[in-house]
Amino acid sequence: MSALGQATRLDRRGFVKALGGGILILVSAPALGCSAEAQRGPQYPSDINAYLHIAADGKVTLFSGKIEMGQGIMTSLAQEAAEELGAPLDAFTVVAGDTASCPWDAGTWGSMSTRFFGPAVRAAAAQARLVLTDLAAQRLGVSRGALTVENGVVYVAADRGRHVSFGELARGRAITHTVGEQAVLRAVSQFTVMGTSPQRLDGRAKVTGAATYAGDIRRPGMLYARIVRPPVHGATPRRLDTSAAEAMPGVTAVNHDGLVAVLARDPETAAKALAAVQAEWDVPAATVNADTIYDHLVSAAPGSETVQAAGDLDAGAAASTRTVDATYYNAYVAHAPMEPHTAVAEWKDGQVTIWASTQSPFGHQAQVARAFHLPTASVRVITPFVGGGFGGKGSGAQVVEAARLAQAAGKPVMVAWTREEEFFYDTYRPAAVMKVRSGVDAAGNVKLWDYAVYAAGSRGAEVIYDVPNVRVRAFGEQSDTRSTEAYHPFATGPWRAPGANSNRFAAEQQMDAMAAAAGMDPLEFRLKNTKDPRLAGVLRAAAQAYGWQPRAFPAKSGSGRGLACGVDVGTYVVHIADVTVDRATGAVKVTRVVCAQDMGVVVNPDGAKMQTEGAIAMGLGYALSEGLRFDGGRIEDTNFDTYAFTRFSWVPPIEVTLVRNDEPGTQGGGEPGVINMGAVVANAIFDAVGARVYYLPMTPDRVLAAIRSA
Amino acid sequence: MRETIRFTLNGKSTSLSTDPSRMLLWVLRTDLELTGPKYGCGMGLCGACTVLVDGEAVRSCVTDLGSVGGKRVTTIEGLEQDGKLHPLQQAFYEHGAYQCGYCTSGMIMNAAGLLHDHPHPTREQIVEGMEGNLCRCGAHQRIVAAIEAVSGQGGRP
Repeated sequence: MSALGQATRLDRRGFVKALGGGILILVSAPALGCSAEAQRGPQYPSDINAYLHIAADGKVTLFSGKIEMGQGIMTSLAQEAAEELGAPLDAFTVVAGDTASCPWDAGTWGSMSTRFFGPAVRAAAAQARLVLTDLAAQRLGVSRGALTVENGVVYVAADRGRHVSFGELARGRAITHTVGEQAVLRAVSQFTVMGTSPQRLDGRAKVTGAATYAGDIRRPGMLYARIVRPPVHGATPRRLDTSAAEAMPGVTAVNHDGLVAVLARDPETAAKALAAVQAEWDVPAATVNADTIYDHLVSAAPGSETVQAAGDLDAGAAASTRTVDATYYNAYVAHAPMEPHTAVAEWKDGQVTIWASTQSPFGHQAQVARAFHLPTASVRVITPFVGGGFGGKGSGAQVVEAARLAQAAGKPVMVAWTREEEFFYDTYRPAAVMKVRSGVDAAGNVKLWDYAVYAAGSRGAEVIYDVPNVRVRAFGEQSDTRSTEAYHPFATGPWRAPGANSNRFAAEQQMDAMAAAAGMDPLEFRLKNTKDPRLAGVLRAAAQAYGWQPRAFPAKSGSGRGLACGVDVGTYVVHIADVTVDRATGAVKVTRVVCAQDMGVVVNPDGAKMQTEGAIAMGLGYALSEGLRFDGGRIEDTNFDTYAFTRFSWVPPIEVTLVRNDEPGTQGGGEPGVINMGAVVANAIFDAVGARVYYLPMTPDRVLAAIRSA
Repeated sequence: MRETIRFTLNGKSTSLSTDPSRMLLWVLRTDLELTGPKYGCGMGLCGACTVLVDGEAVRSCVTDLGSVGGKRVTTIEGLEQDGKLHPLQQAFYEHGAYQCGYCTSGMIMNAAGLLHDHPHPTREQIVEGMEGNLCRCGAHQRIVAAIEAVSGQGGRP
């Protein structure tokens, strides 16, 4: 695909030619017949917007607007296409996140790839199968209905000696097909590729070091940039002197409308040049810090929006024999992907190609086009493998920086953030405050739920139990950056299941506290308060996998078990965790995690488990240690020496059970596994020592303080 | 300050005329075009840059080039032989012991160093030996299982 690799823009004919002929399947959005989130943007025919290409050798290329950052969607989407197309999985190559060829997509987040893009891919592949069977019908002189498709070969069903392969059908052609007819998707009972767990398509490249990330891109004449950064958010330069840096051999300095950088042929020289830049800054006084931020958030957050309301709160209070009032807090948390933000930009003839580590190639294409007053088609963003995102790789800051510096330098430029820059410019998970007042009657029925969340947003705040008197309010949506910028001392943004980690931490501790107040077992209490069959089913599955038996609660034996539930992106998830707590030091060790999940139709069971295991391991970090240290706009954690997250010794045996449910179709899988981790550990700590920890992270000093005040 | 540094890189003798105080990671990634070792922290804190020097796992981002003179350096690119994956690579592949893949070459090289020191490590030795390598995707459980599967087959490098 060298021609494809070189070109910034191609028309459809050129595109097929670049692919080496064959059959390109284009799908008009209405024909997909599904509410694909991927279809809300610019649509065919203004873009090539291809879904599938079948080459003369039978190889199939799947074009995905969603990018691969570890979730395994490269594999699961190919499975979905293979299932509907009738081609073998090993015939597939996936091109992900190349704006020149892939269907427009809003961004890879919100666990939407399998939920929304997957159905679009299936519909496109099913239609491609119709195209191919029609071509075969012509070739073989029979009607479409007389044909069957198996493993990339079309057979006359009644005479299997007569057949033609996809490759043969594509041979000698250079055609595009636009399909308007809706094809019938295969039923779960017919699946042969979906529902299985083949090895991942990206596996071999990743275990051999051959997998290419943005920082591995090399372009002729490419320069490495280091950008002059302020020491504190909000600081303004008083004096910047790059003359000493520019005096170094091979170094040039660039000032592009205030973006000041040094450029060199290798990254070490660029780093030395940056160190030679003399800069003085006016630094604003800090107004908040990690201790005062919570009061600040409650007072500065915007007015509330009602997320959920039912019944009457006074009636709920009157019906309750016990009420529980509590406030919960969580710190700012970093995304800290192992790969920092990176981009390489190259201009040619007024058009720019950018290789970027991003979750939003099409968003950045538009962003760069706006910044340079270019038509969108003059900007091509190519997404190599992305080394982790977790919601943090959507701002595009480094993409625009690379484009600006490459334009100024007249040469390709790589901007690769250092770990220190990554911590400084991260869009942190917001610190948040959750206030809850709830009540339960003598029989253990929850009667009252009055919930307010400040700064985290509403996701995961809705009551998932049957409660007659409810008020849930969100003060500030995390996604509303216009308002959040006003009260956070630095940038915040989505972090794997945004809002849900904060809200489940509060809500599921509160449920546990009410179970304790009612003198009931935490599992029995939750089952008693739901008639939702999916929630009850997942609770029972988790309890069975764990081997849950009722016993004294809290046990206060120094070892404890916790339970927490949530619903996120269409998926129901229950976690049970065991912990031991060192009463002398407050240190918590998680010794076992069991998770049951109803995520609807599962495309790749082992892939779904990998995502869930990973979410659990990641979640241990925000539960136990992750909390950004800062003073105003000064970020005090700059590397992994002080910002601690999950290491090998922290990770207990993790057991994931998938509850079969074909009814709701495919649901989200990237995020649900992380949402209960704060609550499940907190509840286990309560069981172990009889003390509640209201702050995330649950560091030893906080656990110790809780034990002493219990 | 330019010197000629000679060492064996992935089985081949290599000679470079450059500043010996440069960090091995950047020499590998830029001069020698071996991009398997990754930058993650620049301070030897995360392990993404791990390579083997005479069989021992080292953090190439804090290892100066001069110190590997005359030694054998192995990167992830040097593990595969005759088109056949190293047992650790095969085990990582089969166990799904990776997600985004960015830490993976460092994980595999660190594990190779671990098996060099302890050909039959206990689970505790594996966890202890891998503790300094960070994975943000949370593949830890599968990485340990992959290394356990190879333990006993013996490390090759």
